[in-house]
Amino acid sequence: MPIAHPDSIEDLKEILRADTSIVLLAGGTDFMVGLNHGSTRLESDHLIVDLRSVAELSTVELDYRSKMLRLGAGVRWNDLLSGPIEDAAPCLSQSARTVGSHQIRTAGTIGGNVATASPAGDGVCALVALDASVVLTSHRGQRNVAVRDFATGPKTTVIEKDEFIERIDVPIVNGWQGYSKIGTRNAMVISVAGAAVVLSPDSQICRIALGSVGPTIIAADSASSFATTAIDWNTSSVSTDDLDQVVQLVRESASPINDHRSTASYRTHAVGVLVKRLIEQGLRSIKESV
Amino acid sequence: MSDLEIRESVVRGGIGQSPLRPDGVSKAEGSYLFSSDLSADNMLIGKTLRSPHQHARILSIDTSKALAMQGVHTVITADDVPGKPTYGLISSDQPVFAGEVVRYIGEPIAAVVADDEDICARAIAAIDVVYETLPALTDARFAADPESMEIHPDGNVIREQNVVCGDLSVVGDVIVEDRYTIGMQDQAFLGLEAALAIPDADGAGVECHVATQWLHEDLAQIAACLDLPETAIRMVLGGVGGAFGGREDISLQVHVCLLALATGRPVKMHYSRSESFLGHVHRHPAEIWMRHHATQDGRIVKIEAEFIFDGGAYASTSSAVLVNAVTHTQGPYKCDNAYVRGVAVRTNNLPCGAMRGFGVVQACFAHERQMDLLAQKCNLEPLEIRRRNAMATGDRLITGQTVESVAPVREIIAGLAAIPEPSETLHSNGHPYGLPGGAGNTTRSSDVVRGVGYGLAIKNLMYSEAFDDYSTARCRLDDGVITLKFATAEVGQGFITIAAQIARSTLGLEDVRLDPIDTGVGSAGSTSASRQTWMSGGAVEAACLKVRQLIFEHVAATTGGDAFALVIEGDTLVNTTNGQRWPMLQIVSGLVIDEEVEFRHRPTVPLDENGQGDCHTAFAFVGHRAVVDVDVELGLVRVVEIATVQDVGRALNPLSVTGQIEGGIAQGLGLALMEEIIQRDGRIMNPSFTDYLIPTIADMPPVVAQLIEIPDPQAPMGAKGVGEPPTISSTPAIISAIQNAMNRSGGADTHLTRVPIRPSDIAKAVNSNLRD
Ligand SMILES: Cc1cc2nc3c(=O)[nH]c(=O)nc-3n(C[C@H](O)[C@H](O)[C@H](O)COP(=O)(O)OP(=O)(O)OC[C@H]3O[C@@H](n4cnc5c(N)ncnc54)[C@H](O)[C@@H]3O)c2cc1C
Repeated sequence: MPIAHPDSIEDLKEILRADTSIVLLAGGTDFMVGLNHGSTRLESDHLIVDLRSVAELSTVELDYRSKMLRLGAGVRWNDLLSGPIEDAAPCLSQSARTVGSHQIRTAGTIGGNVATASPAGDGVCALVALDASVVLTSHRGQRNVAVRDFATGPKTTVIEKDEFIERIDVPIVNGWQGYSKIGTRNAMVISVAGAAVVLSPDSQICRIALGSVGPTIIAADSASSFATTAIDWNTSSVSTDDLDQVVQLVRESASPINDHRSTASYRTHAVGVLVKRLIEQGLRSIKESV
Repeated sequence: MSDLEIRESVVRGGIGQSPLRPDGVSKAEGSYLFSSDLSADNMLIGKTLRSPHQHARILSIDTSKALAMQGVHTVITADDVPGKPTYGLISSDQPVFAGEVVRYIGEPIAAVVADDEDICARAIAAIDVVYETLPALTDARFAADPESMEIHPDGNVIREQNVVCGDLSVVGDVIVEDRYTIGMQDQAFLGLEAALAIPDADGAGVECHVATQWLHEDLAQIAACLDLPETAIRMVLGGVGGAFGGREDISLQVHVCLLALATGRPVKMHYSRSESFLGHVHRHPAEIWMRHHATQDGRIVKIEAEFIFDGGAYASTSSAVLVNAVTHTQGPYKCDNAYVRGVAVRTNNLPCGAMRGFGVVQACFAHERQMDLLAQKCNLEPLEIRRRNAMATGDRLITGQTVESVAPVREIIAGLAAIPEPSETLHSNGHPYGLPGGAGNTTRSSDVVRGVGYGLAIKNLMYSEAFDDYSTARCRLDDGVITLKFATAEVGQGFITIAAQIARSTLGLEDVRLDPIDTGVGSAGSTSASRQTWMSGGAVEAACLKVRQLIFEHVAATTGGDAFALVIEGDTLVNTTNGQRWPMLQIVSGLVIDEEVEFRHRPTVPLDENGQGDCHTAFAFVGHRAVVDVDVELGLVRVVEIATVQDVGRALNPLSVTGQIEGGIAQGLGLALMEEIIQRDGRIMNPSFTDYLIPTIADMPPVVAQLIEIPDPQAPMGAKGVGEPPTISSTPAIISAIQNAMNRSGGADTHLTRVPIRPSDIAKAVNSNLRD
């Protein structure tokens, strides 16, 4: 099976232009599992393209002027855990900490997480709450797609055959952010329910995203806009009734399934609890910091 | 004699010390050769075709397309099994390959052998099997019903066993009862099934290297299926990466030997993780009803119980597992009157058999949940109800058998009470894994309720019910070097370490070598039932004692003394009549002695129809205290600490004992909180480590272990088996602690009756909308 090692984005574009049976390989932590499991099949005419050889894909650009964090698709979980990225997008760092094990975080990339389009993708949930967008590149040019619109169902996306994810643009939001994830053990576990909350007192916005409770990561719009208006941004507080209403709306926006990992009713219950706790903690923390 | 002299005469690496295991470093470094690493020149690869149906008639099997493929050497089916078409540990009811009917999803139908893995996979896919599907029997509760269809010529009932004793008319002042459910646990050994079979040049025999628990039993079963004399087969132990009961039954052994003989070339088979879930037996899922009668002050006067064990499609060891369950109904508590019914049945689910704890895990979960209920009803502390009922040496079990083993149940309870509890604030130390939910960042300290719970267990050691249980060992002394030979399967438990320790201490010599573990010596029996320290340890000791006796006689003859006056102290031979001392190494210089012994434990008898009889060999006891932090609203648990007191007789290698205790607790914690094979219509929904969860380091709490070392007079060197007890009562201790936290949090009054517990089982206490 042929393997290509492009060394630039230009190179990569050309390879994708010329060949249509291409498999992009980043950290391989989803790809290899699929291969071993048999759900991913490689035919002899497939060309594997090694994205790790494209150094440009691993760049991180922190642009405080335009309030944008530009994350190359090849940036690995371990690079997201702390430092300037944690300052710029704390809930993304928190989601990174919940991913797999040290080994997985050393190999796996944010681009791979987005491209895989798992309804349980931890990074994706944080990115949706941050209103991030995917920058898709091909020889035809470039387009931006909101992360929330990128996946169309479990493992299906809007990406075209000749495109790749070049980077993810993450708005830098002042305020407080948090990510929580439930699994049936204390580490190295696929999310049974996850939630990200972004609270911005400056722009008076609350944005909520939910994981593992629908076919894709869910942007809980009705709950977000209700919370946005219900929160008293001057005092950083919300009434118990209103918070209960947020929880109610969160649960209504979820459409989870029963499967071997959990039940729909537990998932619905759990995302509500997670969001409630995150908002409470966020508001408390904002209040304490002023 | 001064202290200094005594220390000088100590033999290094003897019993009571903790020398490092010979396989330790290579396992840690990754250079150890497991069975799956085996290879041979000219080797082919074999692979199994498995049934996609739970229950179906095979109308035809067409292998022609597979056979015609480039690189495929042959394909074998039931028609190619020359000898007995079936195998099994207790009854021979499981086909080597299904010929007419398949009875579970994953049952082997054919095997191919090809140049490589890829070709194998394509050849498997090219085999055309036509099935007529049949209705499946999936619910064990209906299997025993005479109205139910029979799914096997031997019937659905594998065994019924009651235990009836005492006065059944007794009624307690206090009565507690409930129904308990135990899910299907997997052994989840890390080293997957693998074997390499090498045919003899003349094709008349075969050598099979395999990861197994019992080489001689494999050999006998393979020989019968191959229609070869047992002398034509040699079994060699391949590197075993854990077993826990899952390697007691044959998996790929017959297949790989058949393929090697059919092709005349070495053949290797090895399972993937998902195939492994289909390729070995699991812990029996069980439904248990129990009712305890007690006096107002909490003394048990009668126990009633009913056990239904789902044995899956084939018998394996189900009948013995059932006997263990029903005979351990009472736990380590006195009880004069009992009416226990038990049945193990066939269904079209995955076959079940041996797993660490062997039936007692299920019984213990139920009796310990019952003891907590009883404590509550009688207004007693959980340890106090257990103390009032604690059995002791000399007590009679509900089977009528007298417990002759040391039974330090009261000492265990006192020990647990004396271990200080971890501080309440331990969880808020800021460690990301320190709270329920762990790395998921779900829970703050204010969401947490602390709970404490207990579990106690009694476990039989060795085989039961008149089984001719023995082990063989050979000790060869040659010019100061001891070489031991045995067929004891080292599966990771550390027998090879203590075997050498026993030889060193018995003979006062340090240089001990181990021959390869194979069938070149008599059977050692199975590495199961916590039996190898007692049985093979006993055999090694006996062989060394024989050699020692001959050394004494030689010394007596050459020095003119009395052999009976000689003893070995450390590395020194001492004549107790005149105090004369010689270094052992000097005494045995040039001596060659070679002795082999078979070691047996005391005889046992089968149970009668009322479950009466001295069916067990010996018993060990253990207790656990679990401290947990629970996030009740989300149903998440962090086990903070497990304290344990275990009756070990004597710790031959304290470090090894600690290893067994910690590992066993991890497995018990797994059953309590996460480990379950989930089947829907006989199909495994979680056949990988992505979804069959076993505890990680972030789930495993510190263990505070205390050993009770009262040497058992019946046990060689006083040492009891220690492998199973840690797994058994750690599970109910954790559930009991979670219950305690839930009660403290003031949620709805639910009694926890199922393992593994699921977050929704806990969260239900605060949100009644949650459904299963
Ligand atoms: C043990 C284990 C634990 C895990 N735990 C978690 C977890 O806790 N949370 C979680 O969210 N995930 C988890 N995962 C899944 C996986 O690690 C992540 O989704 C990871 O981010 C995938 O990145 P990768 O670089 O390894 O992707 P790869 O496996 O290399 O690729 C995955 C898919 O994305 C495509 N792709 C990769 N990069 C690009 C690109 N730049 N443009 C277009 N397509 C691209 C590939 O073609 C492929 O289809 C786990 C996986 C394992 C094996």
